[in-house]
Amino acid sequence: MPGESRRTPLFFLAPAVAALALIGLYPTVFALVTSFRRYNLTRARDGFPFVGIENYRRVLTDETFWDTLALTGKFFLTVLPVQILLGIAIALLLHRPGWNALRALTRVSLVVPLATTYAVVGLIGRLVFNRDYGVANQFLSWAGIPALDWLGNPTRAFVAISVMDIWQWTPFCALIFLAGLSMVPVEIEESATLETSSRLSMLRHVQLPYLLPGLTSILILRSADVLKLFDMVFVLTRGGPGAATELVSVYIQRVGFRVFDMGTASAQAILLLVLTIVLSRAYIRFVYREIEQ
Amino acid sequence: MKQRTLTRLLHVLGLAAALAFALFPFYWMVSSSLKNQVDLLASPPVWLFKPTLAHYADIFSDERVIKGVFNSLIVATCTTIAALLLGTPAAYALARFEFRGKGDLWFWFISNRMISPIVLALPVYLLAQSLRLLDTHAVLVLMYLTFTLPIAVWICTDQFRSIPADLEQAARLEGASQFGIFWRIYLPLGLPGVAVSAIFSFIFSWNELLYALVLTRRDANTAPVVATSFMTGYELPWGRIMATSTVIVLPVTIFALLVSRHMVRGLTMGATK
Repeated sequence: MPGESRRTPLFFLAPAVAALALIGLYPTVFALVTSFRRYNLTRARDGFPFVGIENYRRVLTDETFWDTLALTGKFFLTVLPVQILLGIAIALLLHRPGWNALRALTRVSLVVPLATTYAVVGLIGRLVFNRDYGVANQFLSWAGIPALDWLGNPTRAFVAISVMDIWQWTPFCALIFLAGLSMVPVEIEESATLETSSRLSMLRHVQLPYLLPGLTSILILRSADVLKLFDMVFVLTRGGPGAATELVSVYIQRVGFRVFDMGTASAQAILLLVLTIVLSRAYIRFVYREIEQ
Repeated sequence: MKQRTLTRLLHVLGLAAALAFALFPFYWMVSSSLKNQVDLLASPPVWLFKPTLAHYADIFSDERVIKGVFNSLIVATCTTIAALLLGTPAAYALARFEFRGKGDLWFWFISNRMISPIVLALPVYLLAQSLRLLDTHAVLVLMYLTFTLPIAVWICTDQFRSIPADLEQAARLEGASQFGIFWRIYLPLGLPGVAVSAIFSFIFSWNELLYALVLTRRDANTAPVVATSFMTGYELPWGRIMATSTVIVLPVTIFALLVSRHMVRGLTMGATK
């Protein structure tokens, strides 16, 4: 555009950039500095001396830290396939013509889990999975399975946080896949319906290519979300019993705010940040291709 | 023909199942908030009961809950206003200007969406402590901008791009200043996008727990913190917990229904249009 000075965009961008630098970058630098210090709040009288890479060495040889990362990975691999398969199924149901009112209602209702406060999802989970008066055990009793102690058992507590996550995020996958399905040109879909009566080959040959871009975003965003996941798990299990549901963000919160070892926690947080930046890079690569070039 | 009836039947059953799946926990929360203590602790749980509003009367006379909701309102509203004030001009610059480092800037904005709040919560706790900002609305508003500002920038950039550049040229010929163009053309014409990003900013700030948990003590506790603080002791006041939860979730659910068409866009920052 002619007639505009090079400074103009600066004038419009400066406030946002300054604000994000102040609240995002500055604390990150502060965390980086803290990660090189012995910074235990319960022993503030000893001061906070620089200790070089000692915190990093400790974190990288700390089995618990690796365990929580592995657990986070296991959680991701547990919930994601379910969310993707259920999401595709729901998207196909919503895409198929017929039952228009019910379809519209179901589509709108998918927004409800997504908008529910994460902490409240945890609270609902506490009630639903209660051993004595939880409705989860009532469902099981209808199938003839005796009542189980969910939140007191490591494996079942893990199942409980998985179920709540699947409830909250399956709609997200369904809506993304639905957006993908609506991109399939109508003529192609119609002629394919005439040629083949098999739903499966229709899905595979006609619809699948339109689902793949959405799948990439789901993979990257959900892995970032699982690394961030704190609220729901903290409220539902506090990471317990033992460390059975202690995902990486929950663990770092415990080291920082319940053990008050800020130095170690900062080192862990910086490592988590590095992981996240790699993920965001990948996301930008795939999703914003046109902007990067 | 028989085949078609069967698939139609399966279709409606599937849709009903999806609807039940999406709404059940919400339904269970609301219905539990209307049960009396005996029904709440019934084993197995009861589905038909005489509803009572007693828990709502309880929480609305509980100063902590009222204050929590009030704090949440202040924080979410201030965050939303700040995100729009800072985000819309930036979005205008990103939508209409080419400059060096634009890609990097964009990446930096978006990557804030991915960062775990615990990464910032640790240093910000220490910084806020030394600045005496712990337990204030201000520190929460500042931290909530880390995720609301990128969303406002993203949605508004997208919206501003769709405004014809001819309008801008015409205004310039008439002698409008750059800021005038932004204020009189882009903001009003981009209002739908601005409104959507406002609603998202509000929802995300309202729903946040981690920052509120570690950065507030008593005075600035938000509603989710108050709701989770009921979870102590042996006999849990489930009626009050679920009533408070309903009070927290209901308003944002209504907001979310208003922007349901944009929900995925808000959550993915543009992965799908």
